[in-house]
Order: sequence, then C-alpha cells, then structure tokens
Amino acid sequence: MPEVLKAPLVVEFPFTRSLGPVQSAFLTGLRERVVLGVRTADGRTLVPPVEYDPVTSEEIGELVEVAATGTVTTWAWNHDPRRGQPLDRPFAWVLVRLDGADTALLHALDAPGGADSVHTGMRVRVRWAEERTGAVTDIACFEPYDGATAELTGSEGRFEDLVTGIVAPARLDYTYSPGRAQTAYIQSLAERRVIGERCPSCRKVYVPPRGACPTCGVATSERVEVGPRGTVTTFCIVNIKAKNLDIEVPYVYAHIALDGADLALHGRIGGIPYDQVRMGLRVEPVWSDGGGHPDHYRPTGEPDADYDTYKELV
Amino acid sequence: MPAPRPLRDIAVVAFAQTDHRRTSDELSEVEMLMPVLHRVLAQTGLKTSDIGFTCSGSTDYLAGRAFSFTMALDGVGAWPPISESHVEMDGAWALYEAWTKLLTGDADTALVYAYGKSSPGSVRDVLTRQLDPYYVAPLWPDSVALAALQAQALIDAGDTDEPALAAVATRSRTSATGNSHAQLRGSVPQGDYAVRPLRTGDCPPIGDGAAAVILAAGERARELCERPAWIRGIDHRIEAHGLGVRDLTDSPSTRLAAERAGLFERPVDTAELHAPFSSQEVVLRKALRLDGSVDVNPSGGALAANPIMAAGLIRIGEAADRIRRGDSDRALAHATSGPCLQQNLVAVLEGEPR
Repeated sequence: MPEVLKAPLVVEFPFTRSLGPVQSAFLTGLRERVVLGVRTADGRTLVPPVEYDPVTSEEIGELVEVAATGTVTTWAWNHDPRRGQPLDRPFAWVLVRLDGADTALLHALDAPGGADSVHTGMRVRVRWAEERTGAVTDIACFEPYDGATAELTGSEGRFEDLVTGIVAPARLDYTYSPGRAQTAYIQSLAERRVIGERCPSCRKVYVPPRGACPTCGVATSERVEVGPRGTVTTFCIVNIKAKNLDIEVPYVYAHIALDGADLALHGRIGGIPYDQVRMGLRVEPVWSDGGGHPDHYRPTGEPDADYDTYKELV
Repeated sequence: MPAPRPLRDIAVVAFAQTDHRRTSDELSEVEMLMPVLHRVLAQTGLKTSDIGFTCSGSTDYLAGRAFSFTMALDGVGAWPPISESHVEMDGAWALYEAWTKLLTGDADTALVYAYGKSSPGSVRDVLTRQLDPYYVAPLWPDSVALAALQAQALIDAGDTDEPALAAVATRSRTSATGNSHAQLRGSVPQGDYAVRPLRTGDCPPIGDGAAAVILAAGERARELCERPAWIRGIDHRIEAHGLGVRDLTDSPSTRLAAERAGLFERPVDTAELHAPFSSQEVVLRKALRLDGSVDVNPSGGALAANPIMAAGLIRIGEAADRIRRGDSDRALAHATSGPCLQQNLVAVLEGEPR
C-alpha cells in the first residue's frame, strides 16, 4: 500500500462574541484597571462575575468592586508554556480569590522564584497589561505581593464607552490525513485518472471513494477507474462572485456522473455558454497543472445522453 | 429518596471497541469505526436494518472538520433512512439519549457508537476550545494544566499526595495487562512533571479509538444475550462552569447522579470510572463512596486508553462485559466530560441472579 498522504491543516477563526450587561461591565472595568464582581441574593460576591447565580439560577446584576490583590487557592507549575498562554516563560496557573470575593479567578502567576516560590495561600496582585482593550487578557498576569490589601478605586461599575463585544482569535493546527480510500483517489488525480471503489455487496461504484458504502455499511476496497467522460445530471447557474475565486460569473456548477460511476460528483462546466448547459450534456475533464481535481469539464461534442441512462443518479 | 425504577427494563447486550493506538492515520474515521460496528452487530446477529435507533458521540474539533459525524454514518448503512441522532459529547451521553428513546417505547433496540481520532491535532490545545469563551479560553489553559490545579487542591486538602497518585497510575496500567485493547499496559514510568504536580504517568495516553454498544429492551434483550447487563439507573449532572466557583476536591454532580441512578441502595462489586487523570480517581472514589471491596477499573481505565469521546462509553461497555461474562453482578460505570470532572454520568448495571 502506498504511503498515506498527510498535509498541514490550520483552522483559524476570529470568534466574535457579544457581551451581556455583567460581562460588559467586568471587561470594561479591566480596561480601566477596576475589578468588578457581582453580588448574589445571599450576599456572596462572584469574581469573575456571571449573569445567573450558579446555585439558584436567579438573574443577578449588582456590581461590586473587589481589590486587585488576593490569595492563591490552588496552583500548578507550567514549566513549558504553550502557544497563546499568558506568559512565554515558566509560570504558575493559579486560581486567585481576590480580596472581597468569594470565588476564584483563573489566570497566570509570574513567579521568577520558580515553582518552589509558589504555594496555596500566597498573596498576589494583578499586573495590568500595558495596552488594555476590555478582555480578560487586560490582566497580564498576577505577581507575588506581600503588601496590604489594595485600595478600591471607588468605581460603581458605570463606565462611558462600554465594551460590548470581544473578538477571540482561535487557531488550531492539525496534520490532516485523508485515510486509505481518499489517499488512493487523490494519488490517481495526480495521474489524471479518476478512481472509485465498488461496494462488495450492492456493487455500486462510489466516486470519490470514502472507504465505506453508505447503503450497506460495509468497507469498499475494489478500485475501479471511471470516466474520464461523464454526463451532466443536474446543474445550477452561479451569479455571485465568491471572494478569492478567480472565476467570472455567471458560471455553471453541475453534478456529473462519470461513466462507470454510481454517484455523481460536482464540478464546473466551461467551454460552452452558461445558458446552453443542459441535463444529459456529455462532458470531459480539463485538467489543471500540478495534480488535483480537474479545473472544469467541457462538452465532448457527443450527442446528449438519454435521460433513462442517468435518471438514477440525479 | 430511592431512585425511581425505569419504565422499561433496558440492557446492554453487546459491546465492541478498537485496539486504541497513538495514531491511526492510515484510516479515515469511518474506516476506523466500521470494524467495531460490524463486531458489535455480529455479537447479536442483528443487521443495521434491525436496529430501532442509532445514536453517536464525537466531536469535529478533533478532526478539525465540520460535520465529520455525517461521514462516519457511511459505516452504519444509513440507507434506506434510519432513525438517527448525534451528540457532540462522549458516547456515554449518546447512550443516555438512546436509553431515553427506548424508555418511550419508540424502539426496542439501539446502536450507540463513539469515536475520536486525536492524532491529527493537539488534544491539550483542542480541549481549550470547550472552555468559557469570555474569561477562560482566551488564556489557553490546557487540559493537563486544569487537571493539575485540581490535583494540587487535593494535595493541599490532604486527600492525596504524589506517591498515592503514582500508585493509582501503576495499579491502572497493571490491570490493563489483561486488556488487549489498551494503549498503555504494564510498567509505565511515572516520568517528569507535565504540569506540576501531575507527572506524565498521571496523565492519560493520547490515542485514536472507537467503541460501540447495543441496547435492547425487555424480552428482546434476553433473546439477544445470555446474560444482559440491565441498566438499573442512569443519570447525569453538571457543575457550575466557573472553575473558581467549585470546590475542586469534591464532585457533587457525580454524587447526585449516583444517587439518582440508585448506586447507594446496594453495594457494587465493580466500578469503571472515567478518570483520565490519576487525581480524578481520588475525587470520584470519595464522591461515589467506593471502598476497598470494589474492583475499580479492572480494564485499566482511562489511564490505559482514553480515546476522546469514546472513553466514557467504553466504561459502560467494560462494566457490562464483566456482567455478561459473569465476573460481576452489580457494577457502576461513570463517564465524564469537560475540565476537572465538570460533567458526570453514572450508570448502575446488574445481571440477573445466577
């Protein structure tokens, strides 16, 4: 069996989220170097604040300022920071109960003294980020602190220019491998051939092959070369120009049943005015350089296929 | 208050799993899953078309592809159309949905499967994306770091220490020598700190794997299986999502789920706990009041094989297999999801008197 294909796959999104009134006040507060909690009906102060009491599920919204100093309630030493984490040198993850709060906030502790300098119960204070935008990262990290409780600013949680949303970039890196069946398919494309796989049970030929027959639920393994010619089974005319796509509109996107296949695949139709494309049109691939799928399919000039020959594939 | 009796008797009648491996990149998800589906069906003699309801658990974030579960359906044979559902959770929660479906009487049999290929990405980073997106996820605290915070809280509380955690890891992987599917078996070095106080030995292996279970109701279960593992109770509960709101040394959600599943009414002889980190077994033993009389994780548990999204369903399958083989009469199975045991499911399984 040939080596299974692999390629880097990066999934990256700037997640945009809107904030409720409590989150908005909290994150705006961080921008202004103020830490706010929210008070529950039974008098507890939750930091970071939430909009619903985690015990009673009642809506809560009474903001109360807490100090920027606090006590570590538990910690873990991270000797090898990972991408995106608050510090790029060894640090401690900490849960910190800020002075005046009844719950703890997760963040990083910059501890130049190393793991042995950190302990539960140690006193810490907020180190503010130099540039603050209204995000949890406005707290750059915590740092060891042996002074008194920090003074409150007197804020009541009312700010001008409230932060109402956050953009949280997320990136995950993968090594994609398409598995046995699709590896074979992609390798055949590089040789300008299209292969499918036949189900041992119902004998249908699937293109592209996915390794299993979705009707019978069994593995497919018998490889079958299909095409190169095929029949347009159905199509649509695209009038919207896609970003980053160098194709003039309108163009035709079609389902194409390659000769010998029992499943239509899709592709663009070229070499014919868009308004002359029709069901039954016989087409052949026009390969692009450098492997991969055909760039598009063009008419072969043969007579159209009879509807009966492809009606099961529409 | 005694737990309510289920409206119908429902049992696990078959279970199959892959050999869990660090990587299976020569296989697509469906190619990895299909042999397990075939094996679990073969145990009962059922065909796909005989199954009343199908439910699966998996997550797109492991593969980095949207709607990846729809491709896995090819391995089931979903044509002509079947009654099917999916949860973006461990398969244990898919089993819960299937159990509910069988309770309604809409179906007499259910196929439940779950799979996860962790090898394409970095599980520690991937799992950060399930955290609170406002206050926590922007800091990218990885799954090992969060478990380590919990472990330190347990050490501070005097509930465990590093040698005790190492003993949990050693016992689990020694037990796994009897489990041919396990990824880590026998002697495994405790290793260096991953995130202190957790060492690599305290952490689960990262691997690819799949599992499948068949459920059947009433007489149908007896027809399909010599000694069905009857689900006497099953319940799942969740903690507040704020980590700093919780007492990380305890698991009230596990205790409540266990109460509602009827665990505390009579002793169990076996417990399959989904504790990916050694420290989490300490929390669960306390919440579930397990003493030395209970055989905990005879399969080796999640420290021996932890295919994400399938490891919880495997706990139910392993517990059921002990009953079906006659090694157990009353067993507990537990599944978890989320950071620091955030969500917990407890099932109590019984075999009939012999």
